[in-house]
Amino acid sequence: MMRKIYIPRDSGALALGAEKVARAIAREIGLRGVEAQIVRNGSRGLYWLEPMVEVETPTGRAAYGPVKPSDVPSLFDGNFLSGDAHPLFLGNPEEIPFLARQTRLTFARCGITDPVSLADYEAHGGLRGLRNALSMTRLQIVEQVTESGLRGRGGAGFPTGIKWKTVLDTSAAQKYIVCNADEGDSGTFADRMIMEGDPFVLIEGMAIAGIAVGATKGYIYLRSEYPHAEQVLNEAIAVARNAGIVGKNVLGSQYAFDMEVRMGAGAYVCGEETALLDSLEGKRGMVRAKPPLPAHEGLFGKPTVINNVISLASVPIIMDKGAAYYRDFGMGRSRGTIPIQIAGNVKHGGLFEAAFGLTLGEIVDEIGGGTATGRPVRAVQVGGPLGAYFPRALFDTPFDYEAFAAKDGLIGHAGIVVFDDTVDMLKQARFAMEFCAVESCGKCTPCRIGSTRGVEVLDRLAKGIEPSRQIEIVEDLCNTMKFGSLCALGGFTPYPVMSALTHFPEDFRPQPVREAAE
Amino acid sequence: MQHAGTEIVSAVMPIIERWKHEEGPLLPILNGILREFGYVPREVLPAIADALNLSRAEVYGVVSFYHDYRENPPGRHVLKVCRAEACQAMGGDAVAERLQELLGITFGETAADGSVTLEEVFCLGLCACSPSAMLDGEVIGRLDEDKVQEIAREIRA
Repeated sequence: MMRKIYIPRDSGALALGAEKVARAIAREIGLRGVEAQIVRNGSRGLYWLEPMVEVETPTGRAAYGPVKPSDVPSLFDGNFLSGDAHPLFLGNPEEIPFLARQTRLTFARCGITDPVSLADYEAHGGLRGLRNALSMTRLQIVEQVTESGLRGRGGAGFPTGIKWKTVLDTSAAQKYIVCNADEGDSGTFADRMIMEGDPFVLIEGMAIAGIAVGATKGYIYLRSEYPHAEQVLNEAIAVARNAGIVGKNVLGSQYAFDMEVRMGAGAYVCGEETALLDSLEGKRGMVRAKPPLPAHEGLFGKPTVINNVISLASVPIIMDKGAAYYRDFGMGRSRGTIPIQIAGNVKHGGLFEAAFGLTLGEIVDEIGGGTATGRPVRAVQVGGPLGAYFPRALFDTPFDYEAFAAKDGLIGHAGIVVFDDTVDMLKQARFAMEFCAVESCGKCTPCRIGSTRGVEVLDRLAKGIEPSRQIEIVEDLCNTMKFGSLCALGGFTPYPVMSALTHFPEDFRPQPVREAAE
Repeated sequence: MQHAGTEIVSAVMPIIERWKHEEGPLLPILNGILREFGYVPREVLPAIADALNLSRAEVYGVVSFYHDYRENPPGRHVLKVCRAEACQAMGGDAVAERLQELLGITFGETAADGSVTLEEVFCLGLCACSPSAMLDGEVIGRLDEDKVQEIAREIRA
């Protein structure tokens, strides 16, 4: 019997040696003359177990990991193709607590299927959302998305359905769907995982968006740091075009929608939607003043839906199972699920998709298992380089847009970076200012100048020069940047800086005092 | 390898031709040149400006805005090391120090023997297997002393 062996092609798994493992397994298959086929799947997102190899057995999948190339002969000796025991045996992957506790809606197929096999995609529920959409009017599709409560997963949390409605209500000869795949925030990798692990769900989501608002062309603006995602997306788009999922008649309908991937060139600010549009147009990635909204005057001045990867990839399940199904997950005004990315100094790092509402403490301590180094967790940065640092005292904060805002933080793209007690929060605050200075597009003064001054002031503070005066200046600078910047880069850099200062003031005291306190 | 000016301009013409009638052609052209040559030779900018009906200043403005468009040919290897928060949390700063020490250059430099160009990058999306780096497009996670040594060996080989 032909056995299927799944070895991820996800870049996280590749970074941990999946390619060498795949080669070793292929060699062993040849040497032993066994009947087995290697499938390169996405990652399930349990990165401490990657490379995680799975085998399809009559009783379901059996997982082994983390596999090193040197483990491969013993896996074959131990008859892993039948799912037999081995020191690396993990059992049925779906029963691993980290996975069993999740609610996988957007990531339902990720890590299970061959990312570029359309047959796999359809066998696991793919295209049902698009087919449903084709039986509805444009307005009905938009209403479904609105009623689902889906909010922009890129960080801003703006209701997706309202964006779509605005574009639907404009009349223009050309409209666009732009997917923001410029996932630049440290601690986030959900976009990368879905693009590498289940690209058809993004393609399907964009096609639905195109049909809903009357757009015929879509662009995925992908960061250049993601070459593996580029390759998978291009393979998948070619497959989708061949199968008539995109093209002149989407699934044989009267709707035309086609799409392509465009690569960025290393500029963090291009993750900001208006800078991204300028970059797609071939300009410097400069932030635009709003209004006009991209929904009215977006790419090339045409009405444009610009959504994050996860927002678009969540649309197919909403159109498949209905708005109510999705909306019934979550809390408050944060509906549905959120793929939380647990990263940094953490024992069980990876992707955890769950309904909104878990507390930060549950995520870090229970699910993440504390730090990888075994030292106490001291600070957790939530929401990327522009997100606040949370101390343990705020670990009861539920994962919800409003709850985080109420604690002067943000969930952003739902990346969580864990730090142990060796972290120097003054250094982290300085890094936030420095990063902003390097990546600022330069259009507005608070961001461009404020960040540079911020670095200088924090450097003086570190040297113990008039410390109380420096803190006063930092606070004032942060206030100016927060309220005076054109976009979230300058506007949110104060979050990491001020949270570090507020929650970890001991790190900002002059050196002699810090030493005496220790 | 440094190309002669006119030779390089004629070498980029097919890339310009491929894209010039598409929407927003400038970044795809520059990315194509980067892929082909490993850098964006400044002598090709007038040809791009002509083909796209832009001023040279506009094209230069775009090229200088993006971190990827390096001005000079890179070394035989390009090593990008992530310096962002998730990598910092796992000792990324020490790894970065060590790599600079082993390679004898600092970030942004190319080794005198042309073996390697060392660059900083802010997030490779490998935040659950940090610290991370990318060597010639291949990703490497959980960098430790052994892996750092292996990278240095591969570069010197």
